[in-house]
Amino acid sequence: MATLTDPPQPSFHFSQLIYDTRYRSLTIQVVAFILIMWGLFELVTNAIQNLSALGKDFDFGFLGNRAGYDINQRLIEYSNDSTHGRAAFVGILNTLLVAFLGCVFATILGVIAGVLRLSKNWIVGRLMTVYVEGFRNIPLLLWIIVIFAVMTEGMPQPRDFRGEDAEASMILGQSVAVTNRGVYIPNVVFTRSLGGNEMSEAADGVPAAVIPAVSFGDWALFLVALIGGIVVSGIIGRWGKAKQEATGIRPPGLFWMRAASVVLPAALVLIALGVTLDYPELRGFNFTGGVHLRNSLIALWFALSLYTGAFIAEIVRAGIMSVSKGQTEASSALGMRASWTMNLVVLPQAMRVIIPPLISQYLNLTKNSSLALAVGYMDVRSTLGGITINQTGRELEGMLLLGAFYLATSLIISAVMNVYNNSVKLKER
Amino acid sequence: MSELHSETALDTAYVRTEMLPEQTPPVTVSGPIKWARENLFSSVWNALMTIISIYVIYVVLVAILPWMLNGIWDAGSLNECREIRDARGGSGEHGHDVACWAVLVDRWDQLMFGFYPSDLYWRPILALALFLTAIAPVLYDSLPRKMLILTALMPFLCFWLLWGGSIWTPIVVALGFVLGWAVVKFGEGTLGSMLATIGAILVPILFWMYLTGPLISGLHSILPIGIQAVESRAFGGFLLAFVIGASGIILSMPLGVILALGRQSDLFIINKCSVIFIEVIRGVPLIVWLFTAQLLLGYFLPPGSNFDLMVRVIIMVTLFSSAYIAEVIRGGLAALPRGQYEGADSLGLNYWQSMQLIILPQALKISIPGIVSSFIGLFKDTVLVVFIGLFDPIGFSNAIRADTDWNGIYWELFIFIGLCFFICCFGMSRYSQYLERKLATDHR
Repeated sequence: MATLTDPPQPSFHFSQLIYDTRYRSLTIQVVAFILIMWGLFELVTNAIQNLSALGKDFDFGFLGNRAGYDINQRLIEYSNDSTHGRAAFVGILNTLLVAFLGCVFATILGVIAGVLRLSKNWIVGRLMTVYVEGFRNIPLLLWIIVIFAVMTEGMPQPRDFRGEDAEASMILGQSVAVTNRGVYIPNVVFTRSLGGNEMSEAADGVPAAVIPAVSFGDWALFLVALIGGIVVSGIIGRWGKAKQEATGIRPPGLFWMRAASVVLPAALVLIALGVTLDYPELRGFNFTGGVHLRNSLIALWFALSLYTGAFIAEIVRAGIMSVSKGQTEASSALGMRASWTMNLVVLPQAMRVIIPPLISQYLNLTKNSSLALAVGYMDVRSTLGGITINQTGRELEGMLLLGAFYLATSLIISAVMNVYNNSVKLKER
Repeated sequence: MSELHSETALDTAYVRTEMLPEQTPPVTVSGPIKWARENLFSSVWNALMTIISIYVIYVVLVAILPWMLNGIWDAGSLNECREIRDARGGSGEHGHDVACWAVLVDRWDQLMFGFYPSDLYWRPILALALFLTAIAPVLYDSLPRKMLILTALMPFLCFWLLWGGSIWTPIVVALGFVLGWAVVKFGEGTLGSMLATIGAILVPILFWMYLTGPLISGLHSILPIGIQAVESRAFGGFLLAFVIGASGIILSMPLGVILALGRQSDLFIINKCSVIFIEVIRGVPLIVWLFTAQLLLGYFLPPGSNFDLMVRVIIMVTLFSSAYIAEVIRGGLAALPRGQYEGADSLGLNYWQSMQLIILPQALKISIPGIVSSFIGLFKDTVLVVFIGLFDPIGFSNAIRADTDWNGIYWELFIFIGLCFFICCFGMSRYSQYLERKLATDHR
């Protein structure tokens, strides 16, 4: 009778660390860990040596010092007496502004182009293909520069707006002026503002921040009303759904109730604050009043949106094509209308495919906004990572903070994306 | 009976006894008209869209075509262009109504080669020809496999052609790879695969760190063969874009595979380090990394050491691109059914064998579109080097405009640069689609 058990392994040989798969992974990890730590140690000691050789220290105190430079496009109050920290914050807001505007515009463009590319209309489909391929295969930097050149070279000068038979005229009912110095649009002004109604004018004569400090309270109130309205709308929607599930009848006018709950409070707040529009006006050699959107912002915004829109178009197309035709046919067989088929069957399934790459495109757009450098838009790279570094000589600290800002932004967005992905993941075995 | 028959024949005299020739279908349901009805005018909405599209195309073509086709190719400056245009007559009052392509002729050398010495232009051209010949067998497997030897030699030859200098530099560097290969080949039997792999990594690195320098200078003093050396600063225009793009693509692929395997690995430390590396690199824009390379790399190197800005850029672009490629390949690895991994294990293959023979060929095939779009992104991103003071095509377009001869010329340069990038990137994406079709094994 043979015994089938292995002979006992009496002792541990040193060679098992290499040849035994049970211990080998440990060996590899320890070796890798030592190597990585050694590499990091080398880098840090080198940095310390180099810094001391240059007579520099590692200190973030410069953020509290006076910046001493102007920023021409800003959302909040800032002057050259403000600190480097505030300059960095202005830059961060500018980055987020152009990223937000770009994401909204790119989504609209991308969805339209993606749907039209699937159109049965041959010529429309080809046109959209030209758009998508053209923007995907040419560097974004070139598009930014081209659009900037179109704005500065191709648009009329402010003086062309002068006179009875002016060469150029304002568009959209005399409210928007497109000039080679930028686009002037009406500004929102609160006549019965919570914080008094004096308009702040910065020292450099540039019409001050888009949101002067005095109207922060007004905007906050507006936002609270809007968010409150959206919450109420959500509650009404849930109530309607519960009622429909209980009785089988959808409460009539549900859509209008929800719309009213969003719009009415916000509108009431605006009326109560006495909201009016401050139109741009040609005075002297330039336009005054309104909001001045500089060419740099316009070029960056349009180029980012057109470029990212081309990528989003492909994502949308792929998402719609990923829903098999059988789904549409089955839903028609159940007697659903075309609009219900789209809303209840196709879109929820396409969204699962569309959303993750869409969000990573938003992330790309935010990172690509650092190309602002090409047109002189004052984003966080130009303030914190540009002028501040040049003035204070703190490359190491400045670049670290800049990297940390971008990294934090992308990690937050990816974390949100992961939560979403897990919530819509197909539940399989 | 016969009477009946003849009667029937008489009755049916009007019935044809042979088939009529087929008639062509009505014009409205066949040919171009049918196509147009189905594809352009199937509904009111579609008809409207078609008309709008045609109008848009018309407007664009009317604006651009005469401007492009009547362009002036033979002039020394923008003013000359304008004089020629005015001499032709009928141009209108606006700035310049016809393209002045002469700028491309005038500045062709700069746009293509930058400040590369003009008597040495044959070297980049030869390097490009060599590069194309060498990647051909990789791209198309119908070509003879012997050509792959050329592919292996190509990086060293191209490096030598472009930068010049002693011929011993590329030879000795290549010797390091030969050493690594020899350690694997002959050490596997005696040392075991694990030690041989470690040796294959360590031996060349030690060789490059300590032996390369003396060996090159020694060999060069014995047998000085070499061509004129060219500084990195002389590189510019599309030459620079191609060199950075091609080196980045070639170097980032293996690094990306290693990072992807690291991220999928069960080994805790390796896994976490790969994740941190990939996320940090991907989370920060390339332009910030390029500034890091320009401003900060000096801090982290041993005091007193300094190396070429272009090499720094290539390293940064490679690291950046490899993180993206790693994510694409990780997607491919994750998409493989678990059965493939289990099957490889049950065949008794070790980790590297199973990766090399079973997992990676399939994962890479799935990842082809993503990998190629990363490559396209990398190639497009080479224009960002303009911000750290290297003269890529866009840098040159600014420099040309700064010259009084060509002050005010925009669109011609932009169109030319855009077209060159479009051709390269579109070519790559077409090739990836061809490769996908060729490698497709599922029968859909």
